[in-house]
Amino acid sequence: MALATENLAGTDTAAVERPKITTRAVNVYYAEKQAIRDVDIDIAGNIVTAFIGPSGCGKTTFLRCLNRMNDTIDSCRVEGDIRIDGEDIYDRAVDVVHLRTRVGMVFQKPNPFAKSIYENVAYGPRIHGLAASRPALDEIVEDSLVRAGLWDEMKDRLDQPGTSISGGQQQRLCIARAIAISPEVILMDEPCSALDPIATARIEGLIDELRARYTIVIVTHNMQQAARVSQKAAFFHLGELIEFDDTEKVFTNPSEGRTQDYITGRFG
Amino acid sequence: MNSRPRPIADPARLRRRHAAERRFRLYGVAAVALAVGALALLLATIVVKGHGAFLQTRILVEVYFDAGEIDPSGTRDAANLRRGNYTVLAKRALYQHFPAVSERRERRSLARLLSTGNDLVLRALVRDDPDLIGTRQAVWLIASDDVDMLVKGHVSRDLGEGDRPLDDAQLGWFDALVADHRIEQAFNTMFLSRGASREPELAGVLGAAAGSAWAILICILVSVPLGVMAAVYLEEFAPQNRWTDLIEVNINNLAAVPSIVFGLLGLAVFLNFFGLPRSAPLVGGLVLALMTLPTIIISARAALLAVSPSIRDAALGVGASRVQVVLHHVLPQAMPGMMTGTIIGMARALGETAPLLMIGMVAFIVDVPTGPLDPATALPVQIYLWANSPERAFVEKTSGAIMVLLGFLILMNTAAVWLRTRFEGRR
Repeated sequence: MALATENLAGTDTAAVERPKITTRAVNVYYAEKQAIRDVDIDIAGNIVTAFIGPSGCGKTTFLRCLNRMNDTIDSCRVEGDIRIDGEDIYDRAVDVVHLRTRVGMVFQKPNPFAKSIYENVAYGPRIHGLAASRPALDEIVEDSLVRAGLWDEMKDRLDQPGTSISGGQQQRLCIARAIAISPEVILMDEPCSALDPIATARIEGLIDELRARYTIVIVTHNMQQAARVSQKAAFFHLGELIEFDDTEKVFTNPSEGRTQDYITGRFG
Repeated sequence: MNSRPRPIADPARLRRRHAAERRFRLYGVAAVALAVGALALLLATIVVKGHGAFLQTRILVEVYFDAGEIDPSGTRDAANLRRGNYTVLAKRALYQHFPAVSERRERRSLARLLSTGNDLVLRALVRDDPDLIGTRQAVWLIASDDVDMLVKGHVSRDLGEGDRPLDDAQLGWFDALVADHRIEQAFNTMFLSRGASREPELAGVLGAAAGSAWAILICILVSVPLGVMAAVYLEEFAPQNRWTDLIEVNINNLAAVPSIVFGLLGLAVFLNFFGLPRSAPLVGGLVLALMTLPTIIISARAALLAVSPSIRDAALGVGASRVQVVLHHVLPQAMPGMMTGTIIGMARALGETAPLLMIGMVAFIVDVPTGPLDPATALPVQIYLWANSPERAFVEKTSGAIMVLLGFLILMNTAAVWLRTRFEGRR
């Protein structure tokens, strides 16, 4: 924490009271190609932070650094300092499996397991031993589905395959799956890009409700969506963090010309 | 207005296009028809040639179960009964029907109408019911292969006496038996229940089928776990570097190595170095496993590659370890694809002859193997051996064995397809 406050003065990132996630001088390379340049950011807890920017600007890459999903890509190299609650997540002592139980993720394309709806939600708690008994597991599944706004639709068809429901329902199922292991942070990588406006509206409503209990970071291409759901917005361009501020300020009165150009649709 | 030509519905163009499309479809239909036709022709030829193997000519005679020949001590002891001279009983039974034939040479000639394996038939009867001793019973005895061929129309009576297997006297006796309704064709149970024999009418495929079954069992037990583990490691865990590239290239090369080379390898390694028994299905199975391993690895890797990466992300995202990702999500989804590769590999292994020749599974073995260490042959090797036999009767046995091999294959594939649909249903 000392490190975070120390460095804050010297950077142009907006000051955050008690940051949940802090990153300093993060550089990411795919083989020789640099995808992220010197990103310093402080992400506050219990709000929604949106990453916006044109395609290929590195916002998804950066998001995937936050729960070390980039570890699975052989050529990917992450440098710099990323801390959650002050703990360096790239430290050798950190177990990546444990990290991912703290930092859940929802992906661009709904990707339920090829198992029943119940099993989709129960899988995480089961492999982490979060439920001692079947009734306890049932409770976690019900609670997660309720919080994902899916319980009423799904309670009578829990044994149907997770792949048999609609795209919007699948994505909410994925959110239920992510919150079933009680993460602290939920990363969302363009969670609505494959959904129709009605399903999108439901997910956005859900994100707003979840904010009270989780720290949410969402990558989105949709300006209106970023404006609707987030309290803070970070604009990335060509692998750099250009601007990071309250969402309202970024969209109404950005301090950078490039941000202005992007949100008004002049490029991207 | 736009000066560029706009597409118009030119009837001639349209006609040409439709004609091209029809022609293309016709080529496809012709190709399929040709393939199906060739397959049908092959099957028809085999069935026409081979169905005779499942029929055997029999001769009805009155057998007197002479206690003096089979149970001189009168104890009815099972061990004694097994040692009795049943061949004599069979011959005497036939002599009775031709009292005029009394000279030794003539009698020997007459006895040649019967198979030399009738002692087996009579012994089995006495074993099942010792009370037959001392009685006179009508028994269907096995005819010799020459008589069998005559009945099935493979021997022409028009040939000169020296050119056909049965001489005039034998033909006369045969005709007398036919007139007496003592000749019939019945289902050949021996073909499916016995091992190899020098006598075509006594030869069966069970020994070879059992040898094949043991070898394939060993092959599956060795190659499937090895192949799947290798594929999983290479696809899911191994880093992409020069070593894994080298391994991949070599696996692909190995898949193209002629099967006889694997036989030589088996001979050098399993027999000469490890000293495993010659002609054993264990060694055959190991050699076949080496041969199918590349096929299984390649198809299993393709199946793993076909599993959507988003499933891996999803599982990693909820904190599954890489092993859990593979075991819980990737493998179940890849399983049907892996099964397909395994079926192809096993079908190839089942029909393989060359490597088995090298490790001695080509021997003449009468006993049906009861374990993977008993000497045995395999079905394709048996087919090869019979195809080389001079007796006319082995021609139909060869085709009959091919039918059994095909049946074996169909059975195995059906089982695999059934398993695959069950896996697919579960996900």
